[in-house]
Amino acid sequence: MRKLIFFVGAFALAVTANAQQKLVPVQSEISFTVKQMGVPLDGKFSRFDAQLAFDSKKPEAGKIAISIDLGSAAVGDADTTKELKKPEWFNQAKFPTATFSSTSIKSMGPGKLEVAGLLSIKGNAKPVIVPVTLTPGLSGMTLAQGSFIIKRVDFKIGEGDWTDVSIVADDVAVKFKLVLTGI
Amino acid sequence: MTVPVRYTYPAIAFHWLLAFLIAGSFAFGLYMVDLPFSPARIQQYNWHKWAGITILVLSALRLLWRLSHRPPVLDINTPIWQAKASRATHSLLYLLFFSAPLAGWAYSSAAGFPVVYFGLLQLPDLVPRNPDLAAVLKLAHRFTTYSLAALVMLHVAAALKHQWIDRDRLLARMNPF
Repeated sequence: MRKLIFFVGAFALAVTANAQQKLVPVQSEISFTVKQMGVPLDGKFSRFDAQLAFDSKKPEAGKIAISIDLGSAAVGDADTTKELKKPEWFNQAKFPTATFSSTSIKSMGPGKLEVAGLLSIKGNAKPVIVPVTLTPGLSGMTLAQGSFIIKRVDFKIGEGDWTDVSIVADDVAVKFKLVLTGI
Repeated sequence: MTVPVRYTYPAIAFHWLLAFLIAGSFAFGLYMVDLPFSPARIQQYNWHKWAGITILVLSALRLLWRLSHRPPVLDINTPIWQAKASRATHSLLYLLFFSAPLAGWAYSSAAGFPVVYFGLLQLPDLVPRNPDLAAVLKLAHRFTTYSLAALVMLHVAAALKHQWIDRDRLLARMNPF
């Protein structure tokens, strides 16, 4: 009986702990850089969220899912930002959200993870591997940051004439800084 | 010391090369701004920027050459007002050779599109990224380039007047052959 109460208690604790694992959006950033004829253009997303279930003692049992509102995307200036939402690029009207969901998390040493998962943009899901560095911060917050490169053509971002990667490069460098609580 | 009767060959080369580049970039600029957003538009904006930086660099070399090599003097019979007008036009032309491409470069910086010369060498941003500043610099680029175009037309009109009305062989000073 005592054992059972302990068990239920521990389980409840674990669940609450997970429920408290949250993203702090105002302190987090997801940005990207794409080159057009060698000219780096910076872009970012201002609305995104994450669902987490992560135990730093057992990283491989963890799970992370991120959703990004493509309507919040900006790149270059006002004109290019407007273009980005159009059907040739994000087709934001039809595919308003991009998602990432982890399939496996590996520990790569202290504070380092390798998160494999499926990235889905514009209805195209591709596997990606994302290196993540975890840094403990103030008041129980953790900074998770890293970067990885995706090929935009794989996701049909830029269709028609835009598939010409000599003008807009295929490689898009994605950078993220996620501030998490409860880890 | 002999008084030169014609421009030096490097000065003549600078003149015609820059005449070609400036007229070409101006016409190209007028054409590209109306293109719809497309790979061709991006390509042509970049070409225009490369041409602009080339004009800036060549103009700097040309100015150094001009300051260190005496141009031919005007004919003794030149009316004073013409000599003054000629001097003013040439000074303003030189001012615009620099200010027009610099305004374009600064506009590009403010708009968030760094200039990458020939797609290889990223040039520093002249001003910080700022959409309001970009709008002002866009006007500055338009004003300086239109002013340059107007002065070039005045310059050409004056040269043709000398050639066809005055028939004073003034143009021979800039003849490369």
